[in-house]
Amino acid sequence: MPHLANLEIALPELILACGAMALLMLGVFTRRPRGELILWLAVFVLVLAGLFVVSGFGTTTAFGDSFIVDPFARVLKLLTLLGAATALIMSVDYWREEGGLKFEFPILVLFAAAGMLMMISANDLIALYVGLELQSLSLYVLAAFKRDSARSAEAGLKYFVLGALSSGMLLYGASLIYGFTGSTNFAAIAAAVQPSGANLGLIFGLVFLLAGFAFKISAVPFHMWTPDVYEGAPTPVTAFFAAAPKLAAMALTVRVLITAFPAVTAEWRQIVVFLAIASMALGAFAAIGQTNIKRLMAYSSIGHMGYALIGLAASSAEGIAGVIIYLAIYLAMTLGTFACILAMRRDGRMVEDIEALSGLSTTNPAMAFLLAMLLFSLAGIPPLAGFFAKFYVFLAAIHADLYALAVIGVLLSVVAAYYYLRIVKIMYFDAPAERFEPMPATLAAVLGVSGIFVIVYCLYPAPLVALAGSAAKSLF
Amino acid sequence: MSYSWPILSTITFLPLLGALLIGLLSGRDESAFRNARFIALWTTLITFTLSLILWRDFDPLTAQFQFVELRPWLGPISFHMGVDGISMPFVLLTALLMPLCILASWIAVTERVKEYMIAFLVLETLMLGVFTSLDLVLFYLFFEGGLIPMFFIIGIWGGPRRVYASFKFFLYTLAGSLLMLLAIMAIYWEAGTTDIPVLLTHGFPPEMQSWLWFAFLASFAVKLPMWPVHTWLPDAHVEAPTAGSVILAGILLKMGGYGFLRFSIPMFPLASAEFAPLIFALSVVAIIYTSLVALAQEDVKKLIAYSSVAHMGFVTIGVFTLTLQGLQGGIFLMLSHGIVSAALFLCVGVIYDRMHTREIAAFGGLADRMPLYAFCFMVFTLANVGLPGTTGFVGEFLSLAGAFRVNTWVAVLATTGIILSAAYTLWLYRRIIFGKLEKASLRHIADLTWREVAVLAPLVILTILFGLYPAPILDVSATSVETLIKSFNASLAAAEQAQLALVP
Repeated sequence: MPHLANLEIALPELILACGAMALLMLGVFTRRPRGELILWLAVFVLVLAGLFVVSGFGTTTAFGDSFIVDPFARVLKLLTLLGAATALIMSVDYWREEGGLKFEFPILVLFAAAGMLMMISANDLIALYVGLELQSLSLYVLAAFKRDSARSAEAGLKYFVLGALSSGMLLYGASLIYGFTGSTNFAAIAAAVQPSGANLGLIFGLVFLLAGFAFKISAVPFHMWTPDVYEGAPTPVTAFFAAAPKLAAMALTVRVLITAFPAVTAEWRQIVVFLAIASMALGAFAAIGQTNIKRLMAYSSIGHMGYALIGLAASSAEGIAGVIIYLAIYLAMTLGTFACILAMRRDGRMVEDIEALSGLSTTNPAMAFLLAMLLFSLAGIPPLAGFFAKFYVFLAAIHADLYALAVIGVLLSVVAAYYYLRIVKIMYFDAPAERFEPMPATLAAVLGVSGIFVIVYCLYPAPLVALAGSAAKSLF
Repeated sequence: MSYSWPILSTITFLPLLGALLIGLLSGRDESAFRNARFIALWTTLITFTLSLILWRDFDPLTAQFQFVELRPWLGPISFHMGVDGISMPFVLLTALLMPLCILASWIAVTERVKEYMIAFLVLETLMLGVFTSLDLVLFYLFFEGGLIPMFFIIGIWGGPRRVYASFKFFLYTLAGSLLMLLAIMAIYWEAGTTDIPVLLTHGFPPEMQSWLWFAFLASFAVKLPMWPVHTWLPDAHVEAPTAGSVILAGILLKMGGYGFLRFSIPMFPLASAEFAPLIFALSVVAIIYTSLVALAQEDVKKLIAYSSVAHMGFVTIGVFTLTLQGLQGGIFLMLSHGIVSAALFLCVGVIYDRMHTREIAAFGGLADRMPLYAFCFMVFTLANVGLPGTTGFVGEFLSLAGAFRVNTWVAVLATTGIILSAAYTLWLYRRIIFGKLEKASLRHIADLTWREVAVLAPLVILTILFGLYPAPILDVSATSVETLIKSFNASLAAAEQAQLALVP
């Protein structure tokens, strides 16, 4: 039975979708509010999906070649699920303190995760769009999840309006590409695109498509929504935004550009180089003046996506391996940092001002130390993990002779180092402020694991590099 | 001589172990602080002892890397360690200065003692790693990793403008070394490896050498520091705590000089020969300009900081003469400066701990109350001037001897720097030590304690010992330096042959 065999390939996605619907039933048909139970069940569903992701091997396609599972997809799915599950776990204590956990929250995360997995596995423009919209619609609602908060509602609305615009552009690009190549399948598009004279209409379509992707990975100049949404959304939702969707969108961009448009690499490379430089520059300079730590992390994530794009601009197997390494390490760093942000509570309220961290090294030395290491790692200082992330994307850029991009990138990373150092300075050099409330165990666990990961990664860096290398090869 | 256990890794990572131990201490009371101090002292002393054992078993007659360790680490990038005659003296210097730093901070640091000791021990591991690693990426990891503990040392325990100084130090050095990182990547793709012994014989294409040489220069020039990128140094020195200044002047600056010796000259010989005049020009400017600036300083530490920049100018001149005398002189001068400037900063620390000021004008006539101190300070002052019989003389003499063979003008101009250095150092000594003890605040100033004697005495002995009998240090590096020059001349000759071959 070939059809059932096909379904097996999409098992992780099916588990997420069915699990989400089952939990929805559970939520609707039980009387008492069961938000926290459903949240933990959702984590279980994510873990289960992760196990099925890991159990696959080789490259297989399904549903008339529109869905592909290869080592690249598996690595990124695993990272995405890890990000989603960790973000859910980190949210438990937040909702307990703030109240207002409705059972829809974990279910929306599950639907979003299902959409992300679809995006990562999409091998066809239509499958791509379906996955992207499933993810985006869930995210719009999540951003506005605290509906009694004006800022959260504003974030959701802003995200929705701009997101809808970007979806429109993406669809327009997809239709142009279909029109000029006669297919929506990536392999068929690749076969139809002539390496010699690239068709102007096709390039137009590609530009629109890339604009849509750039919006999803919040690359400059399509980043406008990021700071407002990061600041306005409830903090656990922001943590989720910073981790999982970025990975999925980056995976999607990589797959489309590498597998569908290898013939016009020279054309799209210019766009990616521009996006990378603009994102790194804006991420570095705009973050300097921020006083709200969530906004600062928004600009930091814009910058980091710029660095990841350097690997894509190299458009080689080692470049894509660099992107994967970058995303994996970025995931650990950003989750750890958000664990700290979620732990910034005083008098029963979240504080988001960077100055609130002042003197943390005397009031909570362990948290200050781990956060400082995460920040140094985000700045890319060796021997911390963030250095290796940057190392591999720049290594690929040098090999691809993108010297100007590499030089601009490293110089901007010096600028970016300044605002990370500023936080370290506030924690270590300034006079202590009032203590935070004790850190909940879930956050401490996430911070501990990610902090220790960035410190000891240098002892045993080879496995991740080998994994990323083999995953990247599957695209070429 | 080889060991059944990895002695270099032990020396390098032992301080890290000590840092971990201190991290496990609980409590923030006086007894925890005392334990932290003793753990740090013992760790650094054991490291020093091990480095002496290393020196004993080091074979100075071969230019090969010794005590080599090779383990798989990151695919083509391996964990490769070893020392030769060029790196061995720096390992010794690092291991020697660390226990003195710990002792010098014994009572001067009263806040966050545990973190202080951890920062110093981590820094020691990173500094030793710079000198012992035989892989470029590994080297870079140690080279730049040192920024993190030093940032904390300046920023937490520093003076009033510590935040500005720590940021300036960090960002300046980071910007320089990131360009070197890109060059390392280009080397990786060109040679297919980052293994230093392989790269030393690789022979890079001439047009590539210039770019790589400049990228490495960006990093080493900031670190050394050379004029005009030296401006972070006076700030960092002035604001850092005493032991931080000692490490900065004693070891961190030497990393730049070591980088020239280890990478720039052997790997890019054509570029080194081509751009040596540029280095000479920058060095001469550095020597004369910073010496004049030093004359105008009101702050003791700032004066010594500018004098450091000037002395590093002699080092770069010596190294880029590419003669045996010059290179040996450069290495010796770095070691001499490592001892003398470290000692001068320790001397400043002694009076700073008592008076809490570094203004030259706040002192005067200390010879009356502090004869022992006046003696130690005098030895280091004269060594800084380069008086025969002290280490400073040997290094400066050899460097200038090398310079005379290559370019008389450079030597003449650089020698005026020695006169200027005599002027500002002796004037400093006069204003602090001699004269009448008139200031009321100085009436009851006490002479050196036994702990301060223990810190300064070894440095006094070494300054005079190696000044009179420099052979032990020169012998260690002689073979390696000779090999370096031989291979340098060979590649120049080969390039000339290639040039001639192109002419029909």
